[in-house]
Amino acid sequence: MSKRSRTHVTCTVNGDEVDFLASDDTSLLDALRDELGLTGAKEGCGTGDCGACSVLVDGRVNCSCLMFAPEAEGTDIVTVEGIAEGDQLHPLQQTFLEGAALQCGICTPGFLVSAKALLDENPDPTETEIRYALAGNLCRCTGYDKIVRSVQEAAVQLRGAAR
Amino acid sequence: MTVTEDRPTYKWVGTRPIRHDGYDKVVGKARFAADLNLPGQLHGAILRSPHGHARILSIDTSVAEAMPGVRAVLTAADFPTLEMGNPERDVAINLMARDVVLYVGHALAAVAASTRAEAEAAAAAIEVEYELLPVVLSLDESLADGAPLANEDNRTAFSGSDDPSNLATVTPLERGDVEAAFEAADLIVEREFETSWVHQGYIEPHACVVDVGADGKADIWASSQGHFRVRAQTAAVLGWDTARIKVTPAEIGGGFGGKTTIYLEPVAARLSEKSGRPVKIVMSRDEVLRATGPAPASKSRIRIAATSDGELTAIDGWIGYAVGCTNDMAGFIGAMSVASYKFPNLKLEAVAALTNTPKSAAYRAPSAPQAAFAIESVIDEIAQGLGLDPIDVRLKNAVTEGDPTAMGSPHPRIGFVECLEAIRDSDHYRSPVAEGTARGVGSGFWFNIGEQSSATVNLNEDGTATVITGSPDIGGSRASMALMAAEELGIDVHQITPVVADTESVGFTDVTEGSRATFATGMAVVNACRELIDELKARAATILGVDAEAVDWLDGEAIADGKEPLSLAAITAKAKSTGGPLTVTASLNAGGAGPSFAVHCCDVAVDEETGQVTVLRYTTAQDAGTAIHPSYVEGQMQGGTAQGIGWALNEEYVYDDDGTMLNASFLDYRVPVASDLPMIETIIVEVPNPAHPYGVRGVGETGIVPPMATIANAVSAATSVRMTALPMSPPAILAALGER
Repeated sequence: MSKRSRTHVTCTVNGDEVDFLASDDTSLLDALRDELGLTGAKEGCGTGDCGACSVLVDGRVNCSCLMFAPEAEGTDIVTVEGIAEGDQLHPLQQTFLEGAALQCGICTPGFLVSAKALLDENPDPTETEIRYALAGNLCRCTGYDKIVRSVQEAAVQLRGAAR
Repeated sequence: MTVTEDRPTYKWVGTRPIRHDGYDKVVGKARFAADLNLPGQLHGAILRSPHGHARILSIDTSVAEAMPGVRAVLTAADFPTLEMGNPERDVAINLMARDVVLYVGHALAAVAASTRAEAEAAAAAIEVEYELLPVVLSLDESLADGAPLANEDNRTAFSGSDDPSNLATVTPLERGDVEAAFEAADLIVEREFETSWVHQGYIEPHACVVDVGADGKADIWASSQGHFRVRAQTAAVLGWDTARIKVTPAEIGGGFGGKTTIYLEPVAARLSEKSGRPVKIVMSRDEVLRATGPAPASKSRIRIAATSDGELTAIDGWIGYAVGCTNDMAGFIGAMSVASYKFPNLKLEAVAALTNTPKSAAYRAPSAPQAAFAIESVIDEIAQGLGLDPIDVRLKNAVTEGDPTAMGSPHPRIGFVECLEAIRDSDHYRSPVAEGTARGVGSGFWFNIGEQSSATVNLNEDGTATVITGSPDIGGSRASMALMAAEELGIDVHQITPVVADTESVGFTDVTEGSRATFATGMAVVNACRELIDELKARAATILGVDAEAVDWLDGEAIADGKEPLSLAAITAKAKSTGGPLTVTASLNAGGAGPSFAVHCCDVAVDEETGQVTVLRYTTAQDAGTAIHPSYVEGQMQGGTAQGIGWALNEEYVYDDDGTMLNASFLDYRVPVASDLPMIETIIVEVPNPAHPYGVRGVGETGIVPPMATIANAVSAATSVRMTALPMSPPAILAALGER
């Protein structure tokens, strides 16, 4: 085994304070999956083109494959595993299920994270705004129709709940 | 929207419950192949050829073997040689080159090491001496007189010749008197077409974990469209009995035909055997694009004769497919796919030829999209030339039950006319075309297949049920299985757990391909349920003290005159005292897969300054026979359409002169993103398939067939330019507009 130096990283993941060791060239995605066992975020390309690895870092969507794990020091990270409130699915998760917005499901975690970031920022997006907010996430199964509709429905539900 | 013929009223079939595997997929719990890790696991990396065609003179692995973390290194010498004629020989050669590399990206050595980085570093340190051979990079080069051989092993299939050749297959078809029909025609349109290689583009790269024990048995976890084929191909490549191999299907992150063959599993197995450790191999996106199957590139020439009132009297044509580095049935299948119109006179030749590009693989209705792009474009031009409505021309010539397919056998009951009428009567087609936009229509179909499936249905003690099949679920088939079982058994769909079991826990089942899972595996589920109901009636008779013939089964209950109905749960509760557990396994080789037709309509705008084509509105009507879960039928229609739009407008392989792919990333091989597409409106047409108990036709593949011509026809209406090459990217559109 090589004896490369590893950095001690402390951050918040899905509300829990966690720490792990990571080499300087380890991606945040690999750290989440291999060190923390959070395999919800996927590697579809490793070059930031498909969005399957999307996570929220301090509230903003990031491709975790493009971020080095040591850069996560002190940040607040949310992955697909942290979107639900306990047993209560996030409205996006529920509308994705009811609206059949997933087929194979490999891109679903990234879409949910990106859609959550959109609705956190903009509770009443137009269809075009939804499509542009999700343009960094590739889905090859659905043609995006049911994904966009499910985000629209979740937005309606979230606005209703906020009233 | 659904257009349905008269049919029985169902309680569960045709409803839209939440799919059983959905929860795991929205909370991040679903386990895809790359999500599994085993204790002590090593990571594999593969050395791939930098040359498009070369003889391997030597491979020196000594430096790599001594590098940090390396536990095993292998080459083709670590696998048995499969003789010519062995059906898996091409698969074996493709996953580890023997003597010759056939394309840039061809695997020729592999390493297992403690980390992926160490494995990759060691693979890069393997020294290979090559003797470069001529590279064949296009159909024209492959078919030219005196062309160099792309693969000296290749023999033309069905030819009986033992001479090496670039030709894979030649399929001639002929009926009637074509020349007489052309002489008598009022209008003849002839065009040549060209399409590039395109990739299935599944978001999940190929991945597997393999653990070979000291007892010589292999546990394989892999993402595939058919784990029984993974077992069979791995066994063939390794020279093992299938009994040594257990394959557990991981969730599959998209396949579209591309995961019907293997690339990694025997390599990981041999590395595991050599190292004594489990080995995980995960492809990079670059490897997926350079080394796994694209759909063939094509060229074609189509000439169609018509009368002034729009009868299509003859077709004469040639369709060629560039199938990559090994033999392939693309040409044969392409010839079969010319079967949407009556064409009393027909003369077609479909040819497939080898190139020094990746071995092609199935991609959703394989070979049909290329043929349909050409034929549906020419038919559109005929409608334009005659001043007729393009739907009317298709209606006049559409095949119906009994009309011959290209091969001559009659079509069964099909719904092409119904799909044409559905688009003709749709809100979209009836709406005026907005200024600055233009409209196109197109159609397509896919035969679908039956093949072998097994299903086991277990009734649990409390009256719930488990439905076990061997069909990997790509897009919602578990929900379909549960819906059909719920309909049969008369219990709630969520009291049924549908499971895709490993190769040791369910009977043999063919690959999820040919849109066969809901049709054939679904039929096995129905058969198992019906046998179970016979058994439930017998048990009820015992409990009630009546003759078995006196018991009926209705809505989940056993009914006998003068007795209180017995629920399914009441019978399973007494299973022990009435004969033991209630379980049935059914298996079949399904015949009668009904072809599924589709008709598409789209509106586009063409920006004449940039060449950008924007799809503004899109509607698809497709015959599903019976939609078991309409949401996932719509999903197949929409997904196939989106892939077809990508094929039409963006997607292509770009090679340099040496055969190196220049756009091997999702940045440069650009599949459609959400902002590229409109909503895709769906009309499910239901013309039940008489060969299935619920009338199911497979729906997975047809959706990708019509979009290319549909969009090209709209572009033609918008610009008066007939686009005959794909993709219709902005530079291609600008060039065509410049020549206008």
